[in-house]
Amino acid sequence: MATATPTPTPAAAPGGRRTWRTLPVVLQLRQSVGLQRGMLVAGLVLTGIFLFTAIFAPLLAPYEFDQLRDANGPFGAQAHPSSNHLLGTTVGGYDVLSRVIWGTRTALAVIVVAVLLSFFAGVLLGLVSGYFGGWLDRVLVVVCDAIYAFPALLLSIVVAIVISGGQSSLLGGILAAAISITVVFIPQYFRVVRAETVRIKSEAFVESARVIGASNGRIMARHVLRNATRTLPLILTLNCSEAILTLAGLGFLGFGIQPTAAAEWGYDLKQSLADVSSGIWWTSIFPGVAIVLTVLGITLVGESLNDLADPRLRGRRAAGDGPPPAGTVEPGGAVVGSGLATGMPDAPGAIEGYSA
Amino acid sequence: MTTTTTEPATGSTEPAAPAARRKNGGGLGSYLLIRFLLIFPTIFILVTTVFFLMRATGDPITAALGGRLPADQLQQRVHEAGYDRPLIAQYFSYLGDIAHGDFGTTLSDRRPVVDVLKTFGAASLELAVYSLLVAFIVGIPLGLVAAYKRDKGPDAGLRVFAILCYATPPFFSGLLLKLIFSVGLGWLPVAGRASTGTEIELSTLPNATNFYLIDAIRLGDSEAIKDVLQHAVLPSVTLGLLVAGIFLRLVRTNVIGTLGSGYVEAARSRGVAESRLLRKHAYRPALIPIITVIGLQIAALLGGAVLTETTFEWKGLGFQLAQYLTARDFVAVQGIVALLAVIVALTNFIVDIIAALIDPRVRY
Repeated sequence: MATATPTPTPAAAPGGRRTWRTLPVVLQLRQSVGLQRGMLVAGLVLTGIFLFTAIFAPLLAPYEFDQLRDANGPFGAQAHPSSNHLLGTTVGGYDVLSRVIWGTRTALAVIVVAVLLSFFAGVLLGLVSGYFGGWLDRVLVVVCDAIYAFPALLLSIVVAIVISGGQSSLLGGILAAAISITVVFIPQYFRVVRAETVRIKSEAFVESARVIGASNGRIMARHVLRNATRTLPLILTLNCSEAILTLAGLGFLGFGIQPTAAAEWGYDLKQSLADVSSGIWWTSIFPGVAIVLTVLGITLVGESLNDLADPRLRGRRAAGDGPPPAGTVEPGGAVVGSGLATGMPDAPGAIEGYSA
Repeated sequence: MTTTTTEPATGSTEPAAPAARRKNGGGLGSYLLIRFLLIFPTIFILVTTVFFLMRATGDPITAALGGRLPADQLQQRVHEAGYDRPLIAQYFSYLGDIAHGDFGTTLSDRRPVVDVLKTFGAASLELAVYSLLVAFIVGIPLGLVAAYKRDKGPDAGLRVFAILCYATPPFFSGLLLKLIFSVGLGWLPVAGRASTGTEIELSTLPNATNFYLIDAIRLGDSEAIKDVLQHAVLPSVTLGLLVAGIFLRLVRTNVIGTLGSGYVEAARSRGVAESRLLRKHAYRPALIPIITVIGLQIAALLGGAVLTETTFEWKGLGFQLAQYLTARDFVAVQGIVALLAVIVALTNFIVDIIAALIDPRVRY
């Protein structure tokens, strides 16, 4: 079995030429070996299926997500899987298969809105806070640490109450879920970008830029930001999977999207809770499996990219040149190591614990 | 509960501080002091955030009863509760109440929130203890195996298992377990903390702890003990697996770190037996930091507990929170969330102390 792979990082691609071979995911795919590649490919396939289903939902789904009857009359509640309803119908009389398929759209919409919002807000705050420092920086760090340490789901519940009062239309529901997830995610981007910014701003090239009279805005945009976003794609994938889980959690607690507005897996699972005792399995299994497979796919991609970006985890030979770095980002949302302990963000880009 | 946890926490700083001062000029003492002082802004920020977020939509009485009461009666209720005062005035009186340990009174059943914690806290604690136990038993050995078999089949399998633990929401894994073990095989009960007979029996116990296993043992009834344990299996596994995935990957990363370190290499070249090498040289130093990390899983545990308790009708804080959410009783929600913020801040502080005591590098 191959031991260590050669280490062309995106920055040091051979000859500096940008071909399709150096595109982010393609590059990692070429870099990976053995099981690592298997995990990455599996993740990409699952994510691909998810995206495909979301985009072509209207063509794939046999019925509308809120359709209760067709030409032959009502569907009936809790009907067994049959040729008309491949996965049966729910207690509310919806077609399970259609709702699972339409659910991918809702999940994708929430992911896109949530990740975009938190990405821009978090990066901007982290950049400004790290670059200028001062009291604003200190306040933001304490605030973000406080939010970071708190259970994400509980905070999302509070925000969901604020935004939608608990009941929502399609757009309102998606926005409510997305924004409540955003609030929880901003600290993650903030911490990483801020730590990088603090490190980079003391580098010689920033000093040089200042000497030749570049404005703060230009330095931040051109010199700091470009160098501070190295690890963000990894957090991005992690947040995508967490967004799905939070959306489902909100739906399960009754703070998601109404069934007439959109299909949402968490809501369907909540409705199926009572079915389980009477042995009705098809209403819960399928939306649940959809959640698991989607999160699994995205997480596999994120983990593999993370491993490949970290030379210590990439190959066996190069492994473990010392203890893992202090700060780690865990899927459960807890911070590990000295970053939290001292109230200061960790070493730049240390999201190491996640990768393993 | 909040007051009882504060005291041992602050108490333990006292004896530790002078000892450290002798060695390295007050490193540990001042570190602990800073950590202790940081509790307050953390609680303050979370409580403030929750307060203003909840008030952004209007007052909780209108939210709960709006449309069900005539406008003038509603207005009177709002006035009585003081929700028509300026927001700032409400905010400061709220802060004052919290400083006195008053987290508000629920609207739907008119109970002080602290009282809700007293009644349902023990159930949540019981579930948390069992779940951590499951997480330990599953996560740590598997993490050791994954690290040792690094990049081989078992490692890949275990890593996918860890991701699955994380990717499966507790309400879905709970439903699956129910379908298989309760409905399908009929081995375990579907929901609840105990069967009705046992619950009545336990409620007769004078000054019950509400920690059902302890109560059942005090009762000395082996049937009750069995019943309580049977009810606990599925919820504990559901919540435990969620955390086990986190433990597994943490142990794996740490052990990979120590396995590649110079002193393991040195020991191996001296001819130390492989099993001894693993036990003494690789595993032990890797597990010490994990002990402290475990405390930080309280956030994951709390979030998961809300979902697990709802799935299994385990009548703890999380289940109660979900009930209040459905009843649109936002005073109760705000109170419970604020209370949990205090618990999270205190737990993190205690964990930091343990971390600093175990590992001198943390405190610098």
